[in-house]
Amino acid sequence: MAQTLSEQILSRAAGRTVSAGEVASVAVDLVMMHDSLSPSIIKIMEQELGAERVWDPERVAVVIDHVAPAATVQTAEKQNEVRRWVQRQGIRHFYDVGRGISHPVLVEEGVAQPGMVIVGSDSHSTAYGCVGAFGSGMGSTDIALAAATGRTWFRIPETVLVRATGRFRPGVSAKDLALHAARELRADGATYAAVEWHGVEFLTVMERMTLATFSIEVGAKAGLVPPVGIPQQVPDWLKVQEGASYIRIIEVNLDTLEPQVSAPSVVDNVFDLSALGRVPVDVVYLGTCTNGHYEDLAAAARILDGKHVAPGVRLMVVPASRDALLRATEDGTLAKLIAAGAALGTPGCGACIGRHMGVLGPNETCLFTGNRNFRGRMGSPDANIYLASAEVAAATALTGFITHPQDVL
Amino acid sequence: MSRVWIFGQDINTDQIIPGRFAPIMLKNEDDLRKYPFVEHRPEFAGSVQPGDIIVAGNNFGCGSSREYAPLALKMVGVGAIIAPLFARIFFRNALNLGIPCFTAELTTQLHDGQEVELVLEDGVIITESGEKIALPPPPVFLREVWAAGGIVPFYRQHGRFPGEAPR
Repeated sequence: MAQTLSEQILSRAAGRTVSAGEVASVAVDLVMMHDSLSPSIIKIMEQELGAERVWDPERVAVVIDHVAPAATVQTAEKQNEVRRWVQRQGIRHFYDVGRGISHPVLVEEGVAQPGMVIVGSDSHSTAYGCVGAFGSGMGSTDIALAAATGRTWFRIPETVLVRATGRFRPGVSAKDLALHAARELRADGATYAAVEWHGVEFLTVMERMTLATFSIEVGAKAGLVPPVGIPQQVPDWLKVQEGASYIRIIEVNLDTLEPQVSAPSVVDNVFDLSALGRVPVDVVYLGTCTNGHYEDLAAAARILDGKHVAPGVRLMVVPASRDALLRATEDGTLAKLIAAGAALGTPGCGACIGRHMGVLGPNETCLFTGNRNFRGRMGSPDANIYLASAEVAAATALTGFITHPQDVL
Repeated sequence: MSRVWIFGQDINTDQIIPGRFAPIMLKNEDDLRKYPFVEHRPEFAGSVQPGDIIVAGNNFGCGSSREYAPLALKMVGVGAIIAPLFARIFFRNALNLGIPCFTAELTTQLHDGQEVELVLEDGVIITESGEKIALPPPPVFLREVWAAGGIVPFYRQHGRFPGEAPR
């Protein structure tokens, strides 16, 4: 019987053929923990599970990304606790301040691979779908159990298919496809399901991560792009199968897709940019696991090259990883952004979670390349957050109001 | 008696606990109990009583995987959460913490501030006028986890995960 990518991956991990709707326990290939939740995960492991050691230190990755570098004495202390624990456990896959956000880092380091089951202490762990892994976000207790036992349980998900045809027009990119999907599916449209994104094999791995990270915003358990046309080695049992069944199919014609913007304060409040009217902004924030990659920095630099951000607008640039930052320094991308007036942040989650590095004050309007615009997400509950692509972010920084990239190219 | 607290749809985990009140950000982790809905509904944390029920609209708990969101609700003693659909990570976290969650749309049948009796063993809410509202039972494989009080007690008791055949 034809299987979806999720059914293929979870069958292998369960050690038997499983289908959507069944509940099964599975072996986990990789557990990701970040600085913000590691203290609670370690506490649950030691105090509730009596687990002094992780089941396999080669299969646990720890990343300091959520408050990187530490913003308070307290977060500094907590991070040091995590560092000491990592040492005691003999965990090699440890990435400290400055390496970047867990999701791109683990892909860049080759730790996240096609066909794996990956559970992470961050809801955007669906990101690993960019290389065709089944990545899912979980809370501290589930992660503690996975780190202690190497296993977890899932209800095998049905799959929602987003099928793209055509190619992006100038100024339009993966983020616009992701926002369009959120508009069609709504915030709960893929709850308990997996999303598969087809027709996007022309995208780079990190452009696919834009789609994969956004899968949670439609409620999905995982969000996978078929692992075709990527540098990673793909196991021969993992491929899209003719006849696999999808509970819903969304067709998207990229040839006619316009820049999309999510307006305050829910992710699926998506409009065509051209329908928004004049929206002045105070801050443009370019970063996050969704759109802080080299490709996003380069797209922004092409628009900002030789120009300067509008008076009264702050442009924050927070690369998603050190690799992205290094690449941007090597080809002049970073210089163009800085010369245009960008303020550079340490690779990491930055202000996405409202704790540091550009927290928003009351009555500020921010055009953000991240994945959530909930009230209070980036600081003050009286700030307004719009979500869009890196291209729209750069065009907006130039004019001071939300702008179609074609208007400034 | 339990007081009913009505919430809208798409209540997200940033509304339940904003990121800057995460336990690692607090001087005293126990202070987490002061912050559920601190911005979205400021009177909640100070007025909620153990056993009170949250009745919400669609997609409750969407957003982050932060377990400290349902944990804060558990700390203030929320007796049950009822919504027509739960975001999956939140549902899983609440299950792991032993917070009863029922899938039902009751935001129009009940009203904010109403006093009801929640009879968990029978899966029933009884209003002051004697009306009985049946709460749909959870899937079989989850009932065992609730009965054990959460996923850790379940795992320690049975040595396996939900859905696995007993050894």
